[in-house]
This record gives sequence, structure tokens and C-alpha cells, in this order.
Amino acid sequence: MSIYIDKTSRVLIQGITGRDGSFHARQMREYGTAVVAGVTPGKGGQQFDGAVPIFDTVADAVEQTKANVSVIYVPPPFAADAMMEAAEAGVKLIVCITEGVPVLDMTRVYPFVKEHGARLIGPNCPGLITPGESKVGIIPGGICTPGNVGVVSRSGTLTYEVVDQLTRAGIGQSTCVGIGGDPINGTSFIDVLEAFEKDPKTKAIAMMGEIGGTDEQEAARFVCDHMKKPVIGFIAGQTAPPGRRMGHAGAIISGSAGTAAEKLEAFEQAGMGIARRPKDFVELLKARL
Amino acid sequence: MNIHEYQAKEILRREGVPIPPGEIATTPAQVEQIARRLGGMVVVKAQVHAGGRGKAGGVKLAKTPAEAAEVGKKIIGMHIKGLPVEKVLVTAAADIETEAYVGIIIDRASKRAVFMVSPAGGIDIEEVAVSDPDKIMRLPVDPRYGLQPFEAMRMGFFLYKDVAKARAAARIMQQLYRAFIDSGASLAEINPLVTTPAGEVIAVDAKMVIDDNELDRRPDIAALRDESAEETSELQARRANLTFIKLEGNVGCVVNGAGLAMATMDLVKYYGGEPANFLDIGGSSNPEKVVNALRIITADPEVKAILFNIFGGITRTDDVANGIVTATRQNPLTVPLVIRLTGTNEQVALKILAENGFAATNDMDDAVQKVVALAKGGAK
Repeated sequence: MSIYIDKTSRVLIQGITGRDGSFHARQMREYGTAVVAGVTPGKGGQQFDGAVPIFDTVADAVEQTKANVSVIYVPPPFAADAMMEAAEAGVKLIVCITEGVPVLDMTRVYPFVKEHGARLIGPNCPGLITPGESKVGIIPGGICTPGNVGVVSRSGTLTYEVVDQLTRAGIGQSTCVGIGGDPINGTSFIDVLEAFEKDPKTKAIAMMGEIGGTDEQEAARFVCDHMKKPVIGFIAGQTAPPGRRMGHAGAIISGSAGTAAEKLEAFEQAGMGIARRPKDFVELLKARL
Repeated sequence: MNIHEYQAKEILRREGVPIPPGEIATTPAQVEQIARRLGGMVVVKAQVHAGGRGKAGGVKLAKTPAEAAEVGKKIIGMHIKGLPVEKVLVTAAADIETEAYVGIIIDRASKRAVFMVSPAGGIDIEEVAVSDPDKIMRLPVDPRYGLQPFEAMRMGFFLYKDVAKARAAARIMQQLYRAFIDSGASLAEINPLVTTPAGEVIAVDAKMVIDDNELDRRPDIAALRDESAEETSELQARRANLTFIKLEGNVGCVVNGAGLAMATMDLVKYYGGEPANFLDIGGSSNPEKVVNALRIITADPEVKAILFNIFGGITRTDDVANGIVTATRQNPLTVPLVIRLTGTNEQVALKILAENGFAATNDMDDAVQKVVALAKGGAK
């Protein structure tokens, strides 16, 4: 078992003929992901690498290939439309890798996707991987190994760092999910924690947060109230300069400055293990597995 | 992207928000001329991208044009939070009866643009939020329908009992919301929104922050960027497509990815060092980026040792290795360099580095401990 994706996932790639889309389409196929379709308007009817049919629209692709996961690599000005197109076509898991999507676009995309009953991961995220079964996005497959630790993170390369340390120490992963660091994203820490709690394969969770906002504090409350499985937390940005504030409104809206100290305090109160360094995950998880 | 008060006011004025007249000056003589044109009492306001301008002495009242010139002389050229003041806004002083706060921000929790309004405006609004939260009203706007008139009126009545003033405030909120959406803002604030003894409702100060991701499709807004108001090294970094923030320490850091960059700085601190900067070279790895990164970091005389921490995913570590070789050939380093790289094309990268006389490790903790020790040795 795993969360969100497994070997039965049928993946379509929006922007499959672009620079990033084509590179990662090949990486995903090499990893063993069932890439069943690509979408690039105007290239419908062609084949990608002689093996993956390309369609003009997501609706066509879904109708003809029964794709149930879409991963998006289109440029930022078109990303909002791509996410909405996938949701409207009935895709239930949408993963948007694109970095630089305007946040006002996301205020429209979020409710649209929700109303269509789809889950959106990202934007500005590395995607997800269920080691040994399927990878959707850009997480390097080679650093992962199958196992029973669920990994969830707001960052890309920091996720790779921790996963790599786990793999080197012989600790495998059930699923690794990068939720992305944008102000408005489709999937929160709590969504992923809830899924890991229900997943029989996952025995413990590694969670990497960052300074800013209150997502980690809310996640800590969720861990305290609703989770039996052990969760180890890390916060990047303990030495980041405070400043960079957004007028008065930023502090007023969240009632919090979103500092690392505040978040670590919330982890502590929730009884979570705290990794002070990325490598601390190894010992803390070993003690709990 | 931050824009100046006078630019934000220009945007709001175009939407119809009542704002006292004002003009920009760069010399005391200009300040005097503008003050004379405006007549009566004026306010001279430093235009810098820093909060707390008033407390720093960057906002002053003047009763006469001569006094305005005097005040202008003091403010132009002063530094506020390290940033030089090159421009001042000279504006007619309003006769203030009450001060309210009106702001819009993107709220991560409700995933919408949210209005926040309070009848207790002014510089201490954040304290009001803590001590007297009932004095702040929040209203999330449904992006599909926009701000409805009844919603704006509800906020207007929250600020003012008098219906004429409530209506005037509601109209200003509609205008502010339009400006917020049309400019691609992530923050728009009027603080204070004042009432005058004559019963007018006017905006005396305005602040807007633009979402950087909007700039490509809004060239008119992008043109408002004032590069002279940015820190030099941060400006260079932005031009080179790098994210850079200068800090106080002596360990220069070059990292790919914001999360790993922050975690690297934290680890430097953990092992007893002080990071000199945050620098994210981003995802795609172009050797040129590494060259620029090194140029920016070595320009800081405080830097005693430099750490590369690269986890190759999309970033190819061989590109980074090539960048290091090219950069150090162009500008030989005077401080020690510690390289940690692992991931995509690691073997090729290690070979390139070895051939050019560089050692590298694949362990983050080893590398950080080493660079911290070197920085301490170099500081003696």
C-alpha cells in the first residue's frame, strides 16, 4: 500500500513535448511509471518517443486512455488553465510542478478543483513517488527505496537530502510527497498526514516544514488530536533573518510571525520528535520503527 | 516586488481613491517648490522600501515652504534600515479627525484575498490585533464574484456609524480591491484611512506589494521597479536569476533549492558558525549561475570561507562543477572553498573537480563542520 499513487496509476503529462515535460516524461517511464498519454494542444495524433499517444485536450486523453493522474509541466502563465482543464476532464489527482504561478490565479483554481472532487498537489512542488511502483514529478528515483516511512515536505531538494539519508541508513519509504511552498497550494500537511495515518503500510512519518505561515502549527495540532503513528518534524529557516515582512497585514492575518521557534514549540507540544539536523531523522525514526 | 508609497498612491488615484495631492522631489529646492505650489502645511515623506519610516525620522510636517526645504534637506540622503533615501513625497497635510486601517492580503488559510479593516488605524495596528482583536474585521472575498456592495458596506459600517462616511469607505474598498486584482498584488494597504473635520474620507498612506510571478504579464507594473532602492548584492543576484539575501556571518553559502539553503544555514549555525548569506541557485543548472554566485559572495569582505551544498535533482552536479572551475579560473579565490555535492551526474562532477585540484565530499554534515572550522581559522 501507499498513498495517492501506486503501480496501477495511469499518468498523463500536460506539456509532454516541452523541455522539462519531455525530460521528466522519460525519467518517469524509466522508473516504471505507467505514462499513458501526453497533452500538447496542436500535437494531437502524434506519438511521444514512439510509445505515448499525444492529445490536443485533456478530455480526449482521459476518454481514450483512462488516465487518472495528471502531472503538469506547462509554463506559469498557462498553469492555472491546465489545472482547471484536468479537473474538468475528471482527473482525480493533479500534480502541478510548474514554479511561478501567480497566487491570484490560485485563488480561482483552488475552489474550482475542489468542486470537481479532485486532489491537487502543488504548484511549485517536486511531485510524489511511491518507491518501486510509480513516480509522478521530478523526485530522483535513485535516492528512494521501498519501505514504511511516509515523507511529506514543503521543499524539493531538502526532501531529497532527507530521503537520501534515510535510504543510506536502510530506512525505506512508503510514499514521499512534496506539497510545494507557494502561499496557496492544493494539498496541505494535514491532508497528507491524514492519508498516511490511514495507510497500513506507513508506520512513521517524516515531515519537513519551513518558516512562514501557520501550516506546521496546524499540522502539529492535527498530529496531537488525530494521529497514533509517530511523526518526526524538522523546520528549515531557524537562522533566516526575521524582516521581509509584508506590511502589517501579514502578521495580523495569521496572528503569528511564522518563526522556526514558534513551529518547533508547536511540534514539541504535540509530542512529535524533533530533528534538529536532517541527519537526526535517521536515529529518531529507527527508535520508533 | 515592493513599490513606493507614491507609486501605490498613483495606482489608487487612478481607481478614484481620494488622496491628498503630492509630488516627488529629489532635492530640497524641489521640495520647496512643491510645498509652495501645494500651499499650506505639507508632509515630507521618505520613499524607501522599509517599514517604520516615521519612527526613523523619515516623515516630517512642515508649515512653510522654507521649513519644507529644511526638512527635505534632512531626509534626502538619510539612511533608513540601511537603505539610502533618494526621493521624498511632498504632499498636502490632511486635517485628521480619525484614523482607520484598511488592508487586503492573500490569506494562506482561507486561500483567498482577505480584507482586514479596523477603526483603530495608525502605526500601532499590529498591537491592536493582539490586544483588541474585536476591533479588526476580516472578510474573505470569493474570487468568482469579487467584492459585493453589501460586503463593502458591512465593512464601511464597521469603521463609521455615519452612513455617508460608511458609503465613502465602502467605495474606497471597492476601488482598493480593483487595484489589488488589476495590479497582481499580494498586499494592498491604506493606513491610515482618515476622516477630516469636513467629513471627507481620504487615504493618507498607501502600501502595495506586487506578486513577482505577475510581472511578466504586467509590464506597466514591472516598470515601477526602483532598482536604486534595492541592496546592491541582492540586485545583482536578481539580475543573474539567483535568490540572495545578505546576512551578518562569515560562511558564504551556495545551495540549490530554498529549503535546503535554509537547512544549510541552520546547520552552519548548529556547528558553531554564522552564515554570511542565503543563496539559492535554483533548479536549472547553468554554469554561468555558479560564476555569478561566486562573484556576489566573494564581493563581501566578511566572507572567510565558502560552502557549496548541491543536491542534484534537476540540477546537474557536473554543471555546478564546471561553474566552480570556470569561476575560480576567472577570479582566483582568496578564501578556502568546501564542496559538497551529490545526486545527478555526481561521478562526472567529482572527476571534473579532482582534475582541477578540488576535493569534494558527499556528506552535508562533514562539509559544514569543515567550512565552519575554516571560517574560524581564517578569522584569526
